[in-house]
Parts: sequence; structure tokens; C-alpha cells
Amino acid sequence: MTAILELQNVGYRAQENQILQGISLSVGAEDYLTITGPSGGGKSTLLRVLASLLTATEGKILFKGQDISEKDPIEYRRQVSYCFQQPTLFGRTVADNLDFPFQIRNADIDVAKQKSALEYVGLPESYLSKKITELSGGEKQRVAMIRNIMFSPDVLLLDEVTAGLDEANKDIVHNLIEHFHKDHHVTILAVTHDATEIAQASHIITIVKGKLEVTK
Amino acid sequence: MNLDVSNWSLTLAGLLVLVAMWIGYREKLGIDREIITAVIRAVIQLFVVGYLLKYVFRVNNVFLTLVMILIILFNASWNAQKRSNGMAHALPISFVAILASTGVTLGVLILSGAIKLIPSQVIPISGMIASNSMVAIGLCYRSMNTKFRDQRQSVMERLALGGTVRDASIGILRESIKTGMAPTIDSAKTGGIVSLPGMMSGLIFAGVDPVRAIKYQIMVTFMLLSATSIGSVIACYLAYRNFYNSRKQLKDMPNND
Ligand SMILES: Nc1ncnc2c1ncn2[C@@H]1O[C@H](COP(=O)(O)OP(=O)(O)OP(=O)(O)O)[C@@H](O)[C@H]1O
Ligand SMILES: [Mg+2]
Repeated sequence: MTAILELQNVGYRAQENQILQGISLSVGAEDYLTITGPSGGGKSTLLRVLASLLTATEGKILFKGQDISEKDPIEYRRQVSYCFQQPTLFGRTVADNLDFPFQIRNADIDVAKQKSALEYVGLPESYLSKKITELSGGEKQRVAMIRNIMFSPDVLLLDEVTAGLDEANKDIVHNLIEHFHKDHHVTILAVTHDATEIAQASHIITIVKGKLEVTK
Repeated sequence: MNLDVSNWSLTLAGLLVLVAMWIGYREKLGIDREIITAVIRAVIQLFVVGYLLKYVFRVNNVFLTLVMILIILFNASWNAQKRSNGMAHALPISFVAILASTGVTLGVLILSGAIKLIPSQVIPISGMIASNSMVAIGLCYRSMNTKFRDQRQSVMERLALGGTVRDASIGILRESIKTGMAPTIDSAKTGGIVSLPGMMSGLIFAGVDPVRAIKYQIMVTFMLLSATSIGSVIACYLAYRNFYNSRKQLKDMPNND
């Protein structure tokens, strides 16, 4: 299997804080990698570095064999899509959020696609016109995730997207991830603290104090 | 026309400052020193400028007039840039924005024959335009700083979804341009109702027929609307990229305001 993402001795420091250190890792195409570790260990920072929202201060990251610092960050982020831990929605309505991926690509807004995506995560299509302030936490999380997959990316970086959801909601989100992983061949890197998710993971790494500790 | 303010009336008016200081002292506002410096600065600056203008008007030399205008533009840029909270390139950006807004507005006024190309008209009008532009640009900077901090998360999310820095900033840009123009629009709306604007008051004071004075005031209103919109748009569009680094990532921001 060829590596889609390859980290070579990656480190990140903010001022005096060494947040990540010496992380070397190879993620195969269509892999499903679970990332766990104690709070404050640097998992979110790692995903942000991978999403090119932060630049690694040491080492380098290759995407499909090419150093990501040589790629156009905007194009890259459309291929390696990061879904935030506790995302916020922007604009006024759900539609404002689901329109954004189309607008930035100068594409015509495909309302049918938006509706079927909503339906896929168990939200009625009438939610398009719903105000974002009227959504529950779980609903917000699902809407936020749909933004990332309106156009299927190559890699999906998921930062505790099931945290704080009830079992039913977790199942919906898991199904969505599985669908993209299996049917659209999206590589998944998912940070989680969830015991079940960790137990079911086929490929897992642990980040402790900014270092890669265990690999399974 | 009796427009002479005697030294005696100035002194009496100066006593009013003491009222301000007394209130400041009673209410523990801690602004006594500030009032004193403000008063002294105002008196000295105005006297110096008064004599300087007298000289410039008398000499009526194009080069000297241009130098005066450049000094005004530079001072305005300097003051606007102070509001930017350490943003990179704030001075050149402010200068370009103020130069363009003043240049365009002044150019139209001169070409249309509304004002003549003589120092006693061009210099005061430049000052009026540049100072309004300066205030507008300062407000734009302040607004952008606050909004990029408050909306950091949603800006980052737009970037993470593959938006360009423009896609990620456009909302903040629009709001900041509006903020910059708001005082001018407000004062245009209330002009004549809440206050008689400076230029009109001055003309009426000097004995000009109020209807003629109004025409001038309408011109001033148009010119300030144009100047603040041009200034705000240019400053905001030149400035927002400073909030990102070359890798199109949102920069860390200083936390002090
Ligand atoms: N911009 C920054 N400047 C300084 N320190 C930072 C910055 N961002 C994060 N940190 C620190 O880096 C460490 C790792 O943070 P990170 O958010 O990556 O942890 P995490 O593993 O995702 O934790 P959690 O499981 O709680 O989400 C923390 O100690 C955090 O305080
Ligand atoms: Mg985290």
C-alpha cells in the first residue's frame, strides 16, 4: 500500500512550547487511523499541522509523495479536509454553511446534494433554512461534518467528532464516516477518547506529551 | 463681518476648560493632566498652523501647497496607523488609502469647479477629507482586529474547508468597511438636525446666506461620503491579508487591545 501521508520527524513549537516532537508516521491510502492519547497531548495540533492550518516547525510532511509546504495550501486543504473539535457554524442558516463548499469552488449550488447529505445524517431537508442558533449540539456537529464532505476529499481529519453525542447520534456519524471510507475511498484520521471506537480500531496511535507513543 | 475674537473673550472661554477639569477632578476621572495637555497642544498647534497658513496662502506657490497637503496626508496616515495595533505595513497602507481618497475627491471637486486650485481652498478641504478618511480607516483597523480575534474559529473553519483568505475574510471585510463609514453616514443623516456641521456653521458665522452655506455643506457631505468609502475600502482590502501568513494560515494575534 502506498502512503498518502508521510510524516518525517515532525515537530511543532509555539513560542517556547514544544507541542509536538519527532513524529514519524506513514498513513496508507484508504487507511482508517485512530488517534488517541491524554488531553493536551497534541492531537488537535497534529491534525492542524496535517491540515496545513499550522506549519510544522521541524521535519516534513509528504502528501502523495510531495512536500506539503510546496503545495498551494488552499488546494491542499480541499483534499485533506479538517473537521474541528467543537466546530462552530457560520452565517445565519444551515444553508449558509452547506453553500460555502460550492461557493469557494465557484460551483453551482447543488441543493439536491445538500438535502441528501442532510438526510444521510438523519436531518430533514427542511433544515436547510433552519437558523444555526436553533440547532442542538449534535445537529451542529453533523451539519459541520457535511461541509467537509460536500465534495469528497482524499483525506478526512476528524477531531473528536463524536464527543458529546448520544449513542444514536454517534451511530449516525459512524455510518457517515464508514460510507465515505468504504464507498468513496477516503482515508480517515480520527482523534477520539471514545472507548468503543478505540476498541474497534484496526490501526491506532497514541500521542502523549507531543510524542508518538504506541502503534498498533 | 465682525469675526474678531478678542483676547478677553478667549480668556473667558478658557475658563470653561476649568469647568471640565473640575468635573474630571470631582468624578475622579483622572483626566486632569490629559485636559491640560490637550488644551496646551490645541493652542500651540492652532497658532503655529494659523501663521503657517497665512504664509502659505500669501506665497501661493504650487510646490509649497503640495508639501502642505503631503504633510497633512502623512500626519493623517500616522494617526490612522496607530489604531492598527501593530499590524504590518499599516503606515504605507494608511497612506495609500488616504492619498487615494483625498486625491479622487479633491480631483472631482477641482475639475467640477466646486473649489479653486488655490491654497486657501485646497488645503482646508484636503485637511477635512484626510481627517475624516483617517478616522474611518482607524475604525476599520480596530474593527478588523476585534473581528479577526472574535471570529478566529470561524475564519479557521473556512480555511480548513479550502476557502481562500478572501473567502475566509469577506464577512469581516464587509463589516469593517461598514464600521469605518458609519460615523459619516450617521452625521449625514443627522446633519442640520442635531448639529449644524462645521463648514456650514463657519460660513453662516462669517455672514454668508444660510442657503448658500447649505449648498457648501451638501458638497462637503458628498465629499466626505466619497472619501470615507474610498479610504475604508482601500485600507480594508490592503490590510486583511496581513492577518495571514504566506502559507495562508491565520496568524497568532497579540491579546492586548
Ligand atoms: N497556539 C498555542 N500556543 C501555545 N500552546 C498551545 C497552542 N495551541 C495549543 N497549545 C498547547 O498545546 C498542547 C496540545 O494541545 P492540543 O489541543 O493539540 O491537545 P489535544 O491532544 O487535542 O487535547 P484534547 O484531547 O483536550 O483535545 C496543550 O498543552 C495546549 O495548551
Ligand atoms: Mg483536541
